[in-house]
Parts: sequence; C-alpha cells; structure tokens
Amino acid sequence: MLSKVFATIAVVITGGLLLYGVYDFPSFGDPNSPPNAGVEGGADSVSQYFITQTYNDSKVPNIVTAVLADYRGYDTMFETVVVFAAGIAIFCIMRSLGNANDPAREKDEIHSFTHGDHNRIIIGTTCRIVVPIVQIFALYVIAHGHYSPGGGFQGGVLLGASFILLALSSDLNAALKRLSEKNYFALAAIGVLIYAGFGLVAQFLGANFLEYGVLQPILFTDGPEMARSHSMLGVEIGVAFTVMAIMFSIYANLSTRGTLKNGL
Amino acid sequence: MEQLVEQILEPHFNFWIYVILMMIGLWAVIAKNNLIKKLIGLSIFQTAIILFYVSLGVKEDANIPIKKPTPIEYSERAYDSEADTRSAYAAAEKTPADENADSKAGDSQKKKAYEKINPDKIANPLPHVLMLTAIVVGVATLGVALAIAQMIFKEFGTLEEDEVLKVIKGGEQDD
Repeated sequence: MLSKVFATIAVVITGGLLLYGVYDFPSFGDPNSPPNAGVEGGADSVSQYFITQTYNDSKVPNIVTAVLADYRGYDTMFETVVVFAAGIAIFCIMRSLGNANDPAREKDEIHSFTHGDHNRIIIGTTCRIVVPIVQIFALYVIAHGHYSPGGGFQGGVLLGASFILLALSSDLNAALKRLSEKNYFALAAIGVLIYAGFGLVAQFLGANFLEYGVLQPILFTDGPEMARSHSMLGVEIGVAFTVMAIMFSIYANLSTRGTLKNGL
Repeated sequence: MEQLVEQILEPHFNFWIYVILMMIGLWAVIAKNNLIKKLIGLSIFQTAIILFYVSLGVKEDANIPIKKPTPIEYSERAYDSEADTRSAYAAAEKTPADENADSKAGDSQKKKAYEKINPDKIANPLPHVLMLTAIVVGVATLGVALAIAQMIFKEFGTLEEDEVLKVIKGGEQDD
C-alpha cells in the first residue's frame, strides 16, 4: 500500500514536469519542426537529405528501408545481433533436456493436423490453408521490402508467426519437425553472418565496412547505385533469417518451460 | 476554456498522450507487486516512447516515405500538363533552402536528373527506422524477461515480488 502512495507521488511529479516541458515542443504535424527540418541556423536536417537524395544514391524508392539497411547499417546490424543474443539468452536461461519430474505435462503426442484429435479438425485445416499464404506473403514482404512497405524485420516476424501458428494449431512437435532447434539456431547465426559478410566483403574490396557501392563487380550490376540496392536486399534476407528463427525459439522455449516437449 | 484547448492542448495532444501513457507504465512498474504486471507496465512505457518518436515525424498533408521520382526528360515529354502544374507548384513554394539544394543538384546533374522532391510533402523516415528496430528488439528482450519470470516461478512458486523477497530473506536467516 505504501509503495502505491510513493508510486503515485513519483508519477505525478514526473508527469507534471514532462507536461510542463511539452509547451516548448513543436506542434503536431509541423513540417518546419527541428526533427523534420533541422535547427534554424544550424545544419540541414539529415532526414531531408534522406528524402531528397536516397533515390539518387541507391535507386531505392522505400526511404525507410534505405536508411535502415544502408545509411544506418551499423545500427541495424547490431540490432540483429541483439535479437540473436536474446535468443541465446533465453536458450541458456530456460533450456532443460527433458523434465521427467513433471508428469502433469505428459500428453499424448499429436503427430498431424487432423488425425487423432477431433477437436482440432477445424483449427488444423484452417491453419493448413493459412500458413502457406502467410509464408508467401512474408517472402513478398522481404523480397519487395525496398520497393514497397516491408523489409527484413517485418517479413521475419511474419515467417516466425507462421511457425508459431503451426505450433499453436496442432502441437509444438509439428512445427519442430519442420524447423528443428538445431536448424533454427543455425538459421539465426547464418542471418547475422550474411549481414556481417556483406560488410566484410566490402572491407576486403577496399571500402569501409558495410559500404555496399564497391560490391558492384561481385553483384554484376550497372553501377554502384544498383549494387547498394541489391546489397540492401541481401542484408534484409539475413535480418529475416535471424528474426524468424529467434521469434520461433522464444515461443518454443516459453510455451514448454524450456523442455521443447508437447507445448501448449 | 476553449482558448486553452485551441492553443495548448490541440497542437501538443501527441505529447499529452505520450506523457500519460508513459506515466501509466511507470506507475505499473513501481507500484505493482506481480512481476508479469511490471512487465506489462514496461511494455506500455515502451509503446509510449514509440508513439512519441513516430508522432515527431508526422508532417501535415505529407505522404508515406516511399517515393520514386520521375526522370525529368520523361516527365517533360509524356506528362506535359502534369509537369507544368508540378513546376508551377514548386516555383510557388520555393524557399532559400530550396535554391541552395538546386545549386547542389546542378553539380550532380551529369548523371541523370530526377524530379525534385519537396521534403515537406513526405513524412520523416528517420523516426520510423529507429522505432522499427526498437519494436523487434523490444519483443526479443520481453522474451528474455518472460523467461526469467518463468524461472523465478519455477524456483519460488510465486510471481509476487514480496513473497519472493520473503523467501530469499527467510533463507538467509536459516543460514
């Protein structure tokens, strides 16, 4: 009870200070506000450079993807590493090889969508139809990420969600049969490797780390702009691998208390 | 009262929403006893920050940050009327900053000229990029937090903070 009083006092004071500062902020939707147009008398806003020059630099219409995978390539690479590290951390915290002392969680294994458990016929059949559509849409989101809304993170989450749907609709084993623990950690590592590989190859060719323009002779493109465009696609594929694998591993570990048996 | 709403609340309502949401999250983190409820509060806090960033990038009447500029010679031939209205529009809205950009663009015009994009008509892409990665990393770190919570439940049989503390302190006294 005392903690609630203290919490209310702290929250009211902090919120009051923040609201007091609100009036110095730019108004909503103002195109001339400092984040949108830069400080008056100072340097030009970096976002204006992105908006006007991205297509000249890399022939990528989706500015968000271009900033994500090219201009801020380091940031995205280490975000991917953070996702990978989170997957490893969950593995280290939770994974136990079989829990023999937990008879409550012993259930009959269900090996397919519809056989053996009549309660799951509707769910299983629906998921069998939905999962391929989700996966094809995810691949579209990844492959088309630099032309339309999309990219590696979004597509990777969609792919991971399709495997989670599979596990929810029948059993974790059904999903693990298609994407085993060994494979999904391999995929997660390969994703980070693809991303770092693009950077390292650029470095070996004499440019800076993740400077995609010099990859032109390897990727057989017309110019350094198209090399940057194609490298962004490659990097996004790496991100998608890692995010898909780690999303599924989080679900698999959390839903089974680290045993990877039976599941929800 | 009307004046207050028009001058203070209306142009800054995004900041009001973010402060209120953030304080709800902060209150839950401090006051709630259950670890899962604390995590929910942390997620609300994070959502408030994401809303704050995204709302900073909003420009009035702006389009999404996906734009393929048309090459200038193409637009002159095939889209005569459209190009006319466009250039008239650009001339009307020309500012000193735009003229600077024009002279800069002149240097690189050897490559290929594209229609000039008015940055005020395209939403700021930078906050979207920052929040895109923050959302995914937020999910991953929330997964780690839930894993730790599950291990705490396995160890102590409870997720209430005070009960866990009682067990820890009681164990110390036994030693």
